Amino acid sequence: MSARIVAPALVGIVMLALWEALVRFNEIPPYILPGPILIAQTMLRDGPSLMGSLWVTLRITLAALALAVVLGGAIAILFAQSRLLELSFFPYAVILQVTPIVAIAPLIIIWVNDTFASLLICAWIVAFFPVVANTTLGLNSADRNLVALFRLYNASRWQVLRHLRLPSALPYFMAGVRISGGLALIGAVVAEFVAGTGGSSTGLASRILESGYRLEIPRLFAALFLLSLAGILIFAVLSWISNALLSHWHESALPDED
Amino acid sequence: MNAAPLLEVTGLAKVFRNGVTALHDVNLSVAAGSFLSILGPSGCGKSTLLRLIADLTPPSAGTIQWSAARGSIGFVFQEPTLMPWASVWDNVYLPLRLTGVAKEQARPRIDATLGAVGLDAFADTYPRELSGGMKMRVSIARALVTEPSLLLLDEPFAALDEITRFKLNEDLLKLWQRHHWTVIFVTHSVFESVFLSDRIVVMTRRPGRIVADVPIALPFPRDEALRTAPDYSAYCRQLSQTLAEASA
Repeated sequence: MSARIVAPALVGIVMLALWEALVRFNEIPPYILPGPILIAQTMLRDGPSLMGSLWVTLRITLAALALAVVLGGAIAILFAQSRLLELSFFPYAVILQVTPIVAIAPLIIIWVNDTFASLLICAWIVAFFPVVANTTLGLNSADRNLVALFRLYNASRWQVLRHLRLPSALPYFMAGVRISGGLALIGAVVAEFVAGTGGSSTGLASRILESGYRLEIPRLFAALFLLSLAGILIFAVLSWISNALLSHWHESALPDED
Repeated sequence: MNAAPLLEVTGLAKVFRNGVTALHDVNLSVAAGSFLSILGPSGCGKSTLLRLIADLTPPSAGTIQWSAARGSIGFVFQEPTLMPWASVWDNVYLPLRLTGVAKEQARPRIDATLGAVGLDAFADTYPRELSGGMKMRVSIARALVTEPSLLLLDEPFAALDEITRFKLNEDLLKLWQRHHWTVIFVTHSVFESVFLSDRIVVMTRRPGRIVADVPIALPFPRDEALRTAPDYSAYCRQLSQTLAEASA
C-alpha cells in the first residue's frame, strides 16, 4: 500500500486515540464532548434513521449539483458567445454568489412553497458559480493560433465551440464541478438549518439541530461524521470522473513520471 | 520564375490598433510553384505579412490579388499548435472535418499524408507523447492534408535542434518537389532560407519593407552535400550582409 493511504490513515488513528484518551482521563461528560467509541456506538444504534436523513440531504445536494453543472455550463457557453452578454450578466452572477445564502434563504423559503424546491434553489445558488466562472475562463482560453487555424478553414461558430472551445474548457469545467460538489452539500445543509426543525424537513442538518437542543451530542457527532463522509465521497467520485475524462491528455491527470 | 504569379501584393501596409506600424508599402509578386523565403530580423513584420496573406487579419492599406479564385491555404505556425486532446490522426483530420469531409472519405488522404511526413506508426498517439520535431511533422501534415495551393510557414523550425531542423528541411524540400505547391517560408535563418528557396526577399526592421529580392539559382534536388558547397556559401555570405544592413 502506498504512503498516500497509509500516512493519512495513521494520522487519523493517532488523533482518534488521543481524543478518546483525552475524554477518558479528564472525565469529560458526553454532552460536552463524547469520545469516538461512544460516537461509533451511537452511529450503530441510530444508523438507520440517520441514513434516512442523510438521503434527504443528499438528494438535495445531488439535484443542486446536477442543476449547477447543466445551468452553469449553459450560462458559461452563452457568455462565451458574446462578450457583451458576459459583461452584462457576469456581475449579477457575482452578486448572487457573494450574498450570504443564510441571508436570502428565509426569503426563498417564504416565496417557494415546496420545501424540496426551496432548499434546492438555495443549494444551487451556492453551487453554480464555480462552474460558471471556471467554464467561462476555459472557453475563452483556447489557443490563439488554433483559433486562427479554425478561421483559416472557415469554421462555423458551432464548429469552433464543438471542436475547440469545449475541449479546451473541459479541465477548467471539471475543476469547477469539483468545487461545486462540496458547495452543493454546504448549501443544502445551510438551507436546511434556515428551514429549521419545523417538521417539514428531516435532513441531516435538522437532525444536528435537534440533537443539539436535546443535548444528544453523540448523535450530533454521528450526523456530522456522516455529513463529512458524504462530502468526501462526492469529491472522490468527481475527482475520479475528472481524471478519467482528462487522463490521456491533460497535465493535471497524467500519471507520475517515475 | 517564369510561371504566372499566384498572387500579387501591392502597397500593403499594416498599422496595429496600438499605433505600431508593422508593415509599410510592401510589394511582392509570388510565382505559382515557387519556394519563396521571407528573411528578416525578428519584429520586422514577416509573420504579419503571412497573416495578411492568409486573410487572418485585415490590411490597413493595399491589396492582395489572387490570379484565380483563392485556393485552399495551409498554415504552419511557430509552435506545433496541436489539439492536445486529439490523437495525431484526429489533428490531421481537423481541416477536412471543418470543411465537411466524412471520416471514412478522409481516411486514405490522411493516411497518405501521415506516410509522407513519416508518421504512419503514430496515428493513434497523442501530441504530448511526441518529440518537438514529430509534433512539427504533425503540424505540417495538417497543413498539407487539404492539398493546398499555397503553403505558409511561419518560422516552423525555429524551436528545434539543428539535427532535427536539417532533417525537416530536407523532407519539406522533397515534398515540395513532388507536389509543387507554392510555398512562402518565413525565417530569420540565412542558411535555412538559402538551402530551401528558389527566391529570397529580405525585409527591414519595423516598419517592415522589402529591401532585397534575390533569386537562388542553386539546382534541385538539394541535399546535405549542398550545405558545404561553395555556391551555397557565397549566397549565404551575400544574404548575411544584406540582412545585417537591413537590421542596422
